[in-house]
Amino acid sequence: MEFIEQMPLFGAAMTATRAWTFGFVTITFMIYLYIGWRSRVKESGEFYVAGQGVPAIANGAATAADWMSAASFISMAGLISGLGSDGSVFLLGWTGGYVLLAMLLAPYLRKFGQYTVPDFVAKRYYSETARIVAAVCAVFISITYVAGQMRGVGIVFARFLEVETWQGVVLGMVIVGVFAVLGGMKGITWTQVVQFFVLIAAFLIPTFALSGMLTDSSVPQIGFTTGDIAEKVNLIQEDLGFASYTQPFTNYDMANVFFIMFALMAGTAGLPHVIVRFYTVANVRAARYSAFWALLFICLLYTSAPVLAMFARYSILNTLEGAHIGEVAKSDDDVAYIPVYRVNDEGKEVPIQWVDTWQKTGLITIDDKNKDGILSLKNVDGNFDEVKIDKDILVLATPEIAQLSPWVIAIVATGGLAAALSTAAGLLLVISSSMAHDLYVHFFEPNASEPRRLFIARIMIIGAILVAGYFGISPPGFIGEVVAFAFGLAAASFFPIIFLGIFDKRMNREGATSGMIVGILFTAVYIILCRSDRVLGFDEPLMTPWFQGSSWMPNGLRPEGVGAIGLALNFIVAIVISRVTAPPPEEVQDLVESVRVPRGSHAPEAHFDETDAEADNP
Amino acid sequence: MSSSPPPTRQEPKVAYWRQNLMVIGALLAIWAFVAFGCSIFFIEWLNQFQIGNLPLGFWFAQQGSMYVFLVLILVYALVMDYLDRKHDVKE
Repeated sequence: MEFIEQMPLFGAAMTATRAWTFGFVTITFMIYLYIGWRSRVKESGEFYVAGQGVPAIANGAATAADWMSAASFISMAGLISGLGSDGSVFLLGWTGGYVLLAMLLAPYLRKFGQYTVPDFVAKRYYSETARIVAAVCAVFISITYVAGQMRGVGIVFARFLEVETWQGVVLGMVIVGVFAVLGGMKGITWTQVVQFFVLIAAFLIPTFALSGMLTDSSVPQIGFTTGDIAEKVNLIQEDLGFASYTQPFTNYDMANVFFIMFALMAGTAGLPHVIVRFYTVANVRAARYSAFWALLFICLLYTSAPVLAMFARYSILNTLEGAHIGEVAKSDDDVAYIPVYRVNDEGKEVPIQWVDTWQKTGLITIDDKNKDGILSLKNVDGNFDEVKIDKDILVLATPEIAQLSPWVIAIVATGGLAAALSTAAGLLLVISSSMAHDLYVHFFEPNASEPRRLFIARIMIIGAILVAGYFGISPPGFIGEVVAFAFGLAAASFFPIIFLGIFDKRMNREGATSGMIVGILFTAVYIILCRSDRVLGFDEPLMTPWFQGSSWMPNGLRPEGVGAIGLALNFIVAIVISRVTAPPPEEVQDLVESVRVPRGSHAPEAHFDETDAEADNP
Repeated sequence: MSSSPPPTRQEPKVAYWRQNLMVIGALLAIWAFVAFGCSIFFIEWLNQFQIGNLPLGFWFAQQGSMYVFLVLILVYALVMDYLDRKHDVKE
């Protein structure tokens, strides 16, 4: 720590931030581990029965923490800030899916009472092939999703420890690894309840502060609607040559907004780590209310995020446009940065500290192209002319932009870690349970001993962390976009076949298996070909998006929205093939009949093993 | 969704299921109207109106629709409580 204090760049304020962050992170990590350890001790032996005693409201908070990841916490407000009105695709896509989940999937899956999504698929479609396909889909989706989390963890650590993003990712990999093995192995529902309060407080405190500074009301949802920031930001945007902030379809055309939003909604309802949360409640009724509580808690953040996005956009444009650019300076650890100054009312140059500090992470770059010493944010091909700001830093930088106290900056960093780590740990357990339980143990070592199963599960977690870390270092897009791909894949594979498994009694294994394969392959191939420059390292994407140049979709179908098409293909293939093949056996039809009625829901069967247990409480 | 129910050993709760489907259909119609209608297809038309200092369509896209989603899920849970009791399928 000493060398940091010697750097000219970091005065007393930075040291205070660092100390606060260190303190908060240490304390919260100890609380998580303590609760995880306690519930482990209490619940060992009767893991599932204890898990089913979770009240709907607590399960709602835990679901919200599990659900709100680095994408929601760190990345989403930044994406919205850049997208303006079209940012609604993320807001409504990631909340609207809960309506589908609450009405179409959750209550019936709870009645079904299986442990993992592949378990459900295998039983409903009386097929071990369907189990394999489902397990592979679950692994693929979860790895894509966890890659976004690793990048989020990397960014927080990069900022907090002043290291390169890749070093932050590696550190995040180590911590998530320890966290997933120690805290995540057993019932961490109560840990996630605590994590929810940490992350929501961390998000709301700076948002309330910013709203109070810029409008008459500290309540962001009210300040957003009644304040005059929308008009002001629209005016500045127009001055700089950008489209007005509240104008729709300036970044995505109408068709793309529809496709992306729909893919995110169906994907939300089809994500394995979200679905398994509804197995932990007491009964079908609790599953319905749990969905309500989860969405209520999620909406606390989701209705505040667009406010933060717009207010931060305003603050950034207002502060940086016309700022003075200093000479290139070098900090003691040899990182070059360009100091930026705002001229205050007395004509003095005041350093804009957050720009200086974020430059050291490489996530802000300044380039005085016309050498006039004045920063210009004019629109050049949709970007700011002389400054490049990574969208993922917006939330983390907001307290500094708004010049809030160091402890607020620290609590935001802590919240970002809580969001990323709780979700990453849950996802790694889904990956591990799919690989170890649904695939390896099920097919190769059905009689494996308990320690052997645990050993396999741990190997799988380590493998998953390495893969996730690789994508975290060279991501195929911003966090929010990477995560959006995972949703497309879930929308195209699980949502249709779970939905049809409940609502279409005639659906059989042939239809479901082929629908799932066609849906996920189509979606994955489209995404990979359109993004091959970043995913596979080609110079140019191998494929230009479909419908490019058409009047209704001038820039073509974006990869984030292709899940909606994959979903439709899945439905069509599944229905057509199921109607030309034999109907499902009588007992499966009875099973479908019984999941439609709440009465008779029961705790999962008594037999379970370690890997099952992990999957039920991500 | 399903074709006519074949006779099964346990008596299927046909009326309960049909009413459940109707409730879901009605609530999802509102869901689609708000999410895709107000927030996408009619957003430009709605933007000529104001709520507070915001264009109405923009408000639906970034605030209002989420409040409606919340209400829809709550209404579904409450209505199903009633249907569960009425058809005696309560747990």
